[in-house]
Order: sequence, then C-alpha cells, then structure tokens
Amino acid sequence: MSHFLDRLMFFSRETQEFADGYGVVTREDRTWEDGYRNRWQHDKVVRSTHGTNCTGSCSWKIYVKGGVVTWETQQTDYPRTRPDMPNHEPRGCSRGASYSWYLYSANRVKYPMVRGRLVKLYREARRALGPVEAWASVVEDPEKAKSYKSRRGLGGFVRSTWDEVTEMIAAANVYTIKRYGPDRVIGFSPIPAMSMVSYAAGSRYLSLIGGVCMSFYDWYCDLPPASPQIWGEQTDVPESADWYNSNFIIAWGSNVPQTRTPDAHFFTEVRYKGAKVVAVTPDYAEVSKLADLWLHPKQGTDAALAMAMGHVILKEFHLDRPSQYFRDYVRQYTDFPMLVRLAKRGGHYVADRFVRASDFAGALGQANNPEWKTVAFDEAANRVVVPTGSIGFRWNQKEGEDQGKWNIEEKEAGGAPTKLALSLVEGRDEVVPVAFPYFGGIRVEHFQANDQGSDVLVRNVPARKLQLADGETLVATVFDLTIANYGIDRGLGGGHVAKSFDEDVPYTPKWQESITGVPADQVITVARQFADNAHKTQGRSMVIIGAAMNHWYHSDMNYRGVINLLVMCGCVGQSGGGWAHYVGQEKLRPQTGWTALAFALDWHRPPRQQNSTSFFYNHTDQWRYEKLTVREILSPLADPGEFTGSLIDFNVRAERMGWLPSAPQLGKNPIEVAKEAASAGMDPKDYAVNALKAGTLRMACEDPDNPANFPRNLFVWRSNLLGSSGKGHEYFLKHLLGTQNGVQGKDLGAEGGARPQEVVWREQAPEGKLDLLVTLDFRMSTTCLYSDIVLPTATWYEKNDLNTSDMHPFIHPLTQAVDPVWEARSDWEIYKAIAKKFSEVCVGHLGVEKELVLTPLMHDTPAELAQPLGVKEWKKGEVDLVPGKTAPVMTVIERDYPNTYRKFTSLGPLMAKVGNGGKGIAWNTEREVENLARLNYTVTEDGVAKGQPRIETDIDASEVILMLAPETNGEVAVKAWEALSKVTGRSHVHLALPKEEEKLRFRDLVAQPRKIISSPTWSGLESEHVSYNAGYTNVHELIPWRTLTGRQQFYQDHKWMLAFGEAMCVYKPPVDLKTVAPIRGKKPNGNPEVVLNFITPHQKWGIHSTYTDNLLMLTLSRGGPIIWISETDARKAGIADNDWIEAYNLNGAIVARAVVSQRVNEGMCLMYHAQEKIVNTPGSEITGSRGGIHNSVTRAVTKPTHMIGGYAQLSYGFNYYGTIGTNRDEFVVIRKMKTVDWLDAPAEAAAEAHG
Amino acid sequence: MADYMNQLVFGIYPYVALSVFLIGSVIRFDREQYTWKSDSSQLLARAQLRLGSNLFHIGILGIFFGHLVGLLTPIPVWHALGVSAGAKQILAMVAGGVFGVVMLVGLALLIHRRLTLPRIRATTKAMDWVVLWLLLAQLLLGLATIPVSGQHLDGSEMVKFMTWAQRIVTFQGGAAELVAGASPIFKLHLVLGMTIFLVFPFSRLVHIWSGFAAVFYALRPYQVVRGR
Repeated sequence: MSHFLDRLMFFSRETQEFADGYGVVTREDRTWEDGYRNRWQHDKVVRSTHGTNCTGSCSWKIYVKGGVVTWETQQTDYPRTRPDMPNHEPRGCSRGASYSWYLYSANRVKYPMVRGRLVKLYREARRALGPVEAWASVVEDPEKAKSYKSRRGLGGFVRSTWDEVTEMIAAANVYTIKRYGPDRVIGFSPIPAMSMVSYAAGSRYLSLIGGVCMSFYDWYCDLPPASPQIWGEQTDVPESADWYNSNFIIAWGSNVPQTRTPDAHFFTEVRYKGAKVVAVTPDYAEVSKLADLWLHPKQGTDAALAMAMGHVILKEFHLDRPSQYFRDYVRQYTDFPMLVRLAKRGGHYVADRFVRASDFAGALGQANNPEWKTVAFDEAANRVVVPTGSIGFRWNQKEGEDQGKWNIEEKEAGGAPTKLALSLVEGRDEVVPVAFPYFGGIRVEHFQANDQGSDVLVRNVPARKLQLADGETLVATVFDLTIANYGIDRGLGGGHVAKSFDEDVPYTPKWQESITGVPADQVITVARQFADNAHKTQGRSMVIIGAAMNHWYHSDMNYRGVINLLVMCGCVGQSGGGWAHYVGQEKLRPQTGWTALAFALDWHRPPRQQNSTSFFYNHTDQWRYEKLTVREILSPLADPGEFTGSLIDFNVRAERMGWLPSAPQLGKNPIEVAKEAASAGMDPKDYAVNALKAGTLRMACEDPDNPANFPRNLFVWRSNLLGSSGKGHEYFLKHLLGTQNGVQGKDLGAEGGARPQEVVWREQAPEGKLDLLVTLDFRMSTTCLYSDIVLPTATWYEKNDLNTSDMHPFIHPLTQAVDPVWEARSDWEIYKAIAKKFSEVCVGHLGVEKELVLTPLMHDTPAELAQPLGVKEWKKGEVDLVPGKTAPVMTVIERDYPNTYRKFTSLGPLMAKVGNGGKGIAWNTEREVENLARLNYTVTEDGVAKGQPRIETDIDASEVILMLAPETNGEVAVKAWEALSKVTGRSHVHLALPKEEEKLRFRDLVAQPRKIISSPTWSGLESEHVSYNAGYTNVHELIPWRTLTGRQQFYQDHKWMLAFGEAMCVYKPPVDLKTVAPIRGKKPNGNPEVVLNFITPHQKWGIHSTYTDNLLMLTLSRGGPIIWISETDARKAGIADNDWIEAYNLNGAIVARAVVSQRVNEGMCLMYHAQEKIVNTPGSEITGSRGGIHNSVTRAVTKPTHMIGGYAQLSYGFNYYGTIGTNRDEFVVIRKMKTVDWLDAPAEAAAEAHG
Repeated sequence: MADYMNQLVFGIYPYVALSVFLIGSVIRFDREQYTWKSDSSQLLARAQLRLGSNLFHIGILGIFFGHLVGLLTPIPVWHALGVSAGAKQILAMVAGGVFGVVMLVGLALLIHRRLTLPRIRATTKAMDWVVLWLLLAQLLLGLATIPVSGQHLDGSEMVKFMTWAQRIVTFQGGAAELVAGASPIFKLHLVLGMTIFLVFPFSRLVHIWSGFAAVFYALRPYQVVRGR
C-alpha cells in the first residue's frame, strides 16, 4: 500500500523463522520488482532480419514497446532438418543483437540532406528557371560546379524537403539523359538477396529510364572467376547444414567461427561426429583453434600448396593405386577424357585448344554447332566419339537433331553408349615433349621464388595422331596433360617430373616447401587423408573457403588449385563434399522472379548492366596510374607481339568485341544516335554499325576522360561504396568526385610511362566527373559524407522486404516493426517518389524516345556461341562488325519517359507476352500474371498501365517476386523443370511435383521462414533426403555443367587463357604493384619504417553483420581503426601496442592504432575491412588530410583473362564473369606517427590552411 | 517587528522545516523510491573520494550526534550525570572543533573533486551544489561559534539553546524568546540548520535515513527470504 507504512508494521509483521532462527521469511512489499519485470515487457514482437550482406541471414524477433523498437532476440522457429541432423537454430550473433541501436542513434539520417553550396546555387537558379534548366545552369558552369564538388566529404549538409530533393534528382536525371544519354546515369547497389525489394526499387527506376545498374560480386572480389571457368556457374555452394554430412573438412582461408558465426555450430557438431578438420590460414585465425591441424602457408602462395596436394592425390589415387570411384567420376563428370590439339612450336609442342567435331572432315556428322562440340576416344572401340552434353548440344536444338541431347549420360551423339578413355598412354602413337609455362621462378620482392632454371618446362606426354580436315594433328587428353602439368613421372621419360615427393620439381610437396613454408610431410598427410576419405565415402571431403584467397591478383590459380583437388576426388555434387565458398549473401534464391521486377523486364528488354571493376578502373582514372605491364603476366609461351598495350587496352578490346559490357556505351548520346539514324532513314543498329566501322562513332571506353563520356549521376543505395568496397578510394575522391584526396603518385603522363594504345590520352586528367552523387542510407556512412544528396531510408525494422542466403535454405522477410522514424522512407517509396517527380519534370524535355542499347554476348544465351576457335577484332579489320556475333548485341528500345511512374507501379505486359526464365531456360508465365492481377488488383487509371497488376507497395513488389519465382511457386518450378527436361531429354519434374501446389505469400513468410522449392536455376536440391549441395543435379540428374565441354573443366582453351598461361592451373606468385619503392623513406618523420603486405580480412565486430560505427560493437573492440602487425615487425619499427601508426604507399595513407599480436605473421599486416573513417580517425602525416579507409592504399588492377567473352562459360553475365577488384598484392610502408593531429578546426579554416 | 521576526524565525520556522522534513521524507519514500539514494559518484571517479568522503562522514556524524545529544538531552539528566554546564560547554567546543575540522577537510576535498573533475561536474545536479555549499556555510558558521562560546565558558548561552531546542520538540511555548539575545552568528547557524532540514527531502540527504536504518542490517537473521 505504502512503502513507508508497510515498514511500520513492526508488530504485526508476518514472519516465519526457519533454520533455528538463522533464516526468516518476510511478507514485505515486492511491487518494486515490477520495475525489472516491465523492463522486458513489450507491446508486440515483429519478425525481421538484417539486410547487411550477412550469410547468416538469421530471422529475428523485434520487440516494440510504446512505438519504439527496444531490442531484438533470435528467432528459433526455422523449419526443422531431418532426424539425423542438427537443426539450423540457434542462429544469431552479437552484431545482429546490437542492430536496434542504429534506429535512434546519433548516426541516424533523419531528414533529406543536401550539400549546402549546391542547394544554394540550385535555389538561386530555380527562381528564374525550371528544374532542368536550373540544374543545367549549375553543373555546366565550371566555377559553380567546382564550388560544390570540391567540398565533398568536408561537411556542409543542410536539411531539405522530400519535394526539393526529389525535384533536384529528377532534374539532374532528365538533364543528363537529354544532354549526355541515359547510360550516363549510374546506380550502384549490391547483394539483392539481403533486401530484394529495396534493390529492385532503384534498379527498376534506373532500368526504366535507361540507366545503368552496376555489378558488385566481381567488384567486391568475392566472385571467384574459377567458378565460371570450371563450372559455368557464378557460384553455387552447399548450405552450412551440409557440413554436417562431411567427414573431412579443410577450412582454407575461411575464418568460420568469426565470419560465419550463426553457422559455425554445424562445424563443431560435425567434429563430434568424428570429422577431421584442417585449417589453412597464414595467420593464427580463430578457425585454427577448432582444427586438428593448422597449415600456415605464406600469404598469397596457396596455389603452390594446392598444386602439391594435387600432385600427391593424382599420383597415389589416379596412377599408383587408382580409385575406381575417382576414375568413374572424372570420366563422366570432367573434361579429363577430352582431346586437346598439340601444336608444334620449335622443338617441342604446346597444348592448344580442344579438338572440335568441326575439325574433322564431315564434322563427325554434326550439323548443329560442330565447332562447339568436343571429342574424346571411346575406350573399347578405340575411335573418336562426340559425347553428348557439350555446349554445342545446348543451343539451336531441332527435332531429330540434338533434341534432348544436352545431358551427360555416357552416350555419344548418335545415342550409343560410350566409355571415354581417360588416358592415351595405352594406345599412344607417340610420346611427345610438351612445353608448360612455369611462373614459380619469377622473383617478386618479399616472396620466395623456386627457380627451376627456365620459365618453360618441357615434359613428355602420350599423344595420338588424328587425321583432321586441316591435316594430321597430334592430340592428348586433358588427363594426360594434367598429369604432366602436375609434374608426375609415369615412366615416359623426359625431365621436370618427379618420381618421389622429395624431389624439388614443380609441383611436388618438396617443391612447395621453399615457397609456402609448409613442411612437405604435412602436405602429403593432408592430401592423402583428404583423398582417402573421399575415396571411402564417395566424395564426402569438403573445402570451406572464404574470399581471402580470392582477393589476390592470381586468385584463379588459388581457387582452381583447390577446386581441382575436389574434382579429382569426386567430391563436387556429393552430399558432404565439394567447394563451399562463402562470402556475402550471394544466393538470391527467387532470382528469376526477382529479375523481372528489378530490371523492369516487364516493360523493356534488355536492361543496361555493367561490370563495376572495369567501370571504376576506367572512370576513377586508376588506369592512368597503372604500373603492372602485360609483359609481366604473359605466358613465356605466348607471342608478346600479339598481346601489346596496357590493361585498359585489353578492356577496350573486350568491350568492342562484345565480351564485356560498356557504360557509358557509345561516345554519343544513344538517343541522338537513334535520331541521326532516323534522319538518315536508317535503322539505328545499321546506322551505328556503319558509323563504328567508319570511325565517326566510337565506343565511350576509348575516351573515358572526354566530358561527353563521364558518368554524370550516381545513385548509391544499400551500400557504403566509398567507405568499404571502393578499391582505389583516393582515386575515387580525386577524379570521380573532384575533392580533397590523398593520392601520392603521379600518373603515367607525368611519369613518362607507356601510355595505352586504344585509349585517348588527355594531358589534364579530369577531376569531379560526377555531377550528382545521391546516397540512400539510414546512417551517416563514409559514402554519405561524400554525397551531394543523402536520403534517409528506412532501417531493416521499418520496411517490408525479402531475404535469402546460401547458408540456409529458407526465405524469410524483413517486416515493418515501426514506421520509419523522423522523415525516413523505405527504398521502395523513395524511388517511387523519384519516379513520380521524374515523370513530371521530364515533360517538355523528354517524351517517347528511341535509343540504342548495347549488351555483351551473354552467358546462358545462344550468344555464348558467338566466337569459337579464335579471337578476331572487327576494329582491326580481321572480321566484319556483326552485332551479336563479333560485337555487342544492339537493341533499339523505345522509352516513354513521362510514363515512368506508371510503369514503375505496375507489372508490364512483357511478362505475359514473352514469358520469364533464367540461366538459359524459358517458360510461359501467363498464369502467374493473372494470379498477380487478382492478388494485387489491376490499374484502373487510363494510360499505359491500364489493366496491369499493380505494384504500389513493397509488399505488392514482394508478391511479384514470390509469384514469378520457381523457388517460391511450385507450379512455376514444375514448368521450369519441364522446360529443362526438353533440352536435356531427361525428366526432372519429379524434383518439384510434390510441391506443385505450394505457393509462398509474403504473409506466409512473416508467419515462419519457409524452405525454398528446388528449381533448375540452382544446381542443388532442397529435399527431405539431401541438404543443399552445389553440383548435385549435375551429378545425380546428369544435367551438364554450363561449360564448353558440359563438364567440369581442368582445361581452359580460350586463346587468351593459353596466352596468359592459365590453360591449366599453375602457381603464380603475387604481382608487384610498385607502389612502395618510390615513396619509401621519402617523407621521413624520424621513426623507422617497415614494408608489409597489406591484408584486409573480415572482422569480428562488423562487416557483413553490422557496420563499424556501432558504438555497442566498438566498445568490444578498440573503438576505432586498427591494424594488426606481428611482434617482430613491431619491434623493427619501434611500435608498441596501441600506438598510432600510419600505413601508406603511392595510393594514399591510413592512420590507425597498432594491435601488436602473435597471431600475425612477419611480413604482413591485417587491417579489417571497412572500418569507417568517421570514427576516431585523426589526420595523416603523409597527406595532411584525415586518414583514409582501408582502400586508401589500394588500387584496382584488372586481369585480361577475366575480360574474355562470347566463348561458352567464358561469356559475360551480370555478377557472373568479368574483371574483379583484387587488392591483396598491395604493400604498404608502416611507421609510428610522430604527431597525432585530430584536425578539429572548422573545415573552412582548415581548407585555407591547406590551400 | 523584531519580536515578530524572532517569533517567525525561531518559533514558527522550526515547525515548518520539521514538517517539510518529516512529511517530505515520507512522501518521497512512498512515491519516488528510485530517487531514494545517495547518488554516489564513485563509479565515475574514485579520485579524492575515499579520503574526502571518509573524513567528511566521520566529521559530520560526530557533529550530528554531538548536536543531537547535546541539544536534546534534558538538563536534569546532565545534572544527574554530574556534568556541569561549563564542562559540557568545553566538551562541546573541543569535540565540535575537532570533528568540525575533520569534516572541513573532507568537505573541501569533496568540493574540490566535484569542481575539477569534468565527468563529476557534468553529472552534478543543482541540488547537489545547494547541499554542498549549505553544509560548508553551516560548518564554517559552526566553527565560528567556538570563539563566541569562548566568551560564555559557564555554558549559560548553551543552556539557552538546549532549552530552545527542547521546547520546540516538546511543543512548549516561549522558545523563540530564549534565543532573541543570542549572537548573530548563532542565530544564523540556527537558521541554516533548520534550512538543512527544509531541503532534506528534496536532496540526496535522504540517504541519511537509510544510513541509520542500515544499522538494523546487523541485527537480522543470516538469511532473509521474501514470501510471495
């Protein structure tokens, strides 16, 4: 009743004594305890998740109290696995559990913000002018443009209104489209799987207006090019539950407990079941403590280790005591039996391209695509056969000819069964000397070379003679070439082969010792056990691999080395086996349903998509500083005269030949091109072809520094491009943004270096190419700070969206627990508002416009058969310019600009008219469109969208995805499998029939996460019998891999692959980027300097799970940027733990605190990825401006083999193939700082002080 | 007018102060349980606290009990114990002086700490300053009374104050007249003393109640279990 009176009840106090009076039970008031009870009371619990590119993709309970999100806890209601397996839950981690902090934190972007100087100029101009004219008057005046561009990143935001910022954005877009072309409007947003609708909002808007959507997987360097090369698959991996089915796991550069926290329980659980676990990491990463054995090769030399393991396995399990399982597997599922031409080169031979049916007189009876059909020897019949399944069988199938023959049954084209010969050693005609390129002897500072006296190793290979149309030719199988490549002596004589593992011959365990530092006996043990387990369990050996090894310039070699092990042991496509490459949330499970919505395929096809690495390399002018020459990476067997020019020249050639996409595309506004064609009375395509041939029209890539070819507007959403993935950060600041930057080096012009051949060199490098940078975010990230307009977006607890991951088979939602706070809006609503404003503002400037869209020769389309057998350039007159064959595909598209908003908010007619599909399979989708019309209702308003299903809200958009995708609509899954069955000639519908009636709706997912339905978009199955495992349907349903041979390829026969020495896997040391020597010792501060390899792994407190400005997580770390260094290097440089240090090279500088740790190897330093420069970052002694981010010392470097296109699996696909943003070969100078200057004077004063 | 003021300040004000003190304490205890605390800043900064707080508390407890016993013990009891007014006066001056100096050192440390440490200063509420400065002023006044008392070593003045206090608490009339002629220093000391009672329920001083109540902790059984 009353706290006071209660205490006065001294005489009537009810007490009970116990324990002889030592204890007493009182009856005192306990209502105060409610305070603690109320702390955990809440009004409602809402299901959501964190759209942060975290493979965990955990479902969370969001607690709301009084309209405020209070905290979150882990959901536990995932559908169960099977009786013999652990369940997926518990899932979650401290990063996820601290997310609700962001909603009400000081970092929250609360209102639309705009750069003060820009909005002042715009408002002034707007008094007299319309929006588009006002925008033009600002950006076309160099003084005015510079006045705001040069302030980017230096503060100066003012609050604006939604009405004003959307008008500015619309005006900028309209002006850019009208003046420069729609392909000058760019959008960067990554990882649709983390919030599909939010991604789709921006990409739908951009695709409708003809803008460009940028890739991310390749740019992040998470895309392993080895995967498309070997499998024709972007990336497909087992779910984490499948780890539990394994018996031997190598965690190779993957720090499972730290970066896959919610899934790590499967890793420990399978150890209780008896699996052996080996960790391979250069540093003592957290995963090492979970392993039975820790191998620590020197960073960047993993390929040498993998090659040595391959040497052991091939020798012991394929030659000495062949495993029947392995032999059967490689015979049916790999290119080992395929024949390769040997070309005479002086006194020896070199392995050339695959023999094709077309090489024979009469093409072995193949009329359809004979140049795309590889051949092999039949073991018994001793004759050449054309096995089914190669890519020539895939396209242009006709009744009676190739219909239903794209499969990997052991049959030849005629239908007769065949057993292919793996080796020609038995029936050989000759043993011939074949030259193999050797790169292990290249001397690179800081790495140990193993010089074998020559960069060409000649080894004996068994060969047979074939009578081909162009004469008698020697051929060998890929198996025989591979055995030779691995340096195994099989009694054929000749040099450079080893009889025992102790010989120092490439690629023996002994040989790798000097390079990697791993003892040979450990290599032999691990390889032997790995293979022995795979042999006994039919493939249950697995490699979990992170992107770490993929971030090296020669990432393909690291990855191919490892994948080769898995393939030669028959592990790929088997439960508990295979290649488990985990990076971000790559697996957008309902992909084909989403693509239609995201790229507005319901209104226009094709969309514009661009590979980001090439784009940023070109447009941030990083190519102007390129120091890596092609000569350094070319194979000693290639003719250097044929491969001249610098890296950007190769990119330009690739774009012209239709290999890689372009953005901007033509050196002229594509709307103008269409107009000129119309006035010339020509089809725009013919007009463009003529103009390109005549040279009156050029590709934009040939002159990236021409103001006509600048990317003008850039949208960034769901991304921290400038604080995280932007390799060459300082070059972004200098050239793209035109603001304060830390670039230390001079460009090739100033240095007198060799200039590119294909690209116009402009003496004055442009600064500030972008007119407008718009970022949507809920927190003031580094990217926001450099933007012109920052739009406050809804957090993951304030919007409705969808989320999937490759780590588990569920699809689950983000849902709106509370309305977006302050003036924030969901991404869907923001782009809808921009689309609406655009439709108003464009009137009078843009109407119904025709334009020309260029698309590369895409993978999984017939265009991937465009360029067989050789490389011919139309530009050099080697071949005629034929769009879609020798050059990009050209399509004329009509855009109805004033109707952009109507198109945005309704599902267009093409879905019903043309259908839907993906990965080369197409199906009719009329019924789904009908269903959507009934579910979302139709547009009643007159206009282009009348009668079409509505897409007003984010939930409407989710329903479109769920309805159209086979993974969430059983009926579509059955149709998709039926469509595939026609091509493979095998019935696959049994995989989806049991779920035909299942249709997942958004609210179903809100009720509980749901397992997806198996679909042919993916190579694994989700069923009651197996866990999801990549390649499973290839092996068990005999669906070919989408490669040239239809099989997993050890051999890559494209001309450029041969030229760069990567026909087969080899060890290549890291490349020398030459960024340290010119600056080392040049800017002394009195402290000793050390040169260290700069490694940027993923951290414990952020990245892929939260951001590095979350105070709750920062409290658990050191609260700001840190760089880990070894005790030895720290001693050399006189650095103590927690000292402020600076890391720098020609690219720029970073300041951070030192973490001195035994964990780190001498010679390297670790700076965790994406530590925000907005938290606790003082000024740099080198640059005089604020210390940068981890990418301040990196620069993107492209690799020509990643530019190959129009060639089966080596064809472009968005996020599938293309140049990747490598960064691990970089070195930095590290030294202790003398003065730590926080630069906390006002920006104006500081700017004056620094001029 | 002088009588009026005297009656108001020494006859009525004591009751106002005591009423606010008692009723205010009860209300605060009942309604604002979460504010009933000493508001210790030990978590924020330990510097100077150990020495300052201990000296301060030793000093003030000595003075508090000195005043309590000295003022409210009926004079016949003193007679019975054989303590003369003069002796008691000396005792009061010596003990009060010693404890006063101890408290002064402690209080000075605490005030210095509160002024100089930014975190402490930032978390200090206005009422904390009121209490601190009030205590300091009261202490200085108290120490200043020692020389005044030195002029009345027979204890006659002291007896007047004792009688005043006892009349106030026993609701007898004529209390105010007793102190009408006292030295202004004493008068000020009395006014401030009553004011401390007045602000008591609104400040962190409420922890004194709990401090005394905590004595019972020593008397409880080893294990106390709260019933449902």
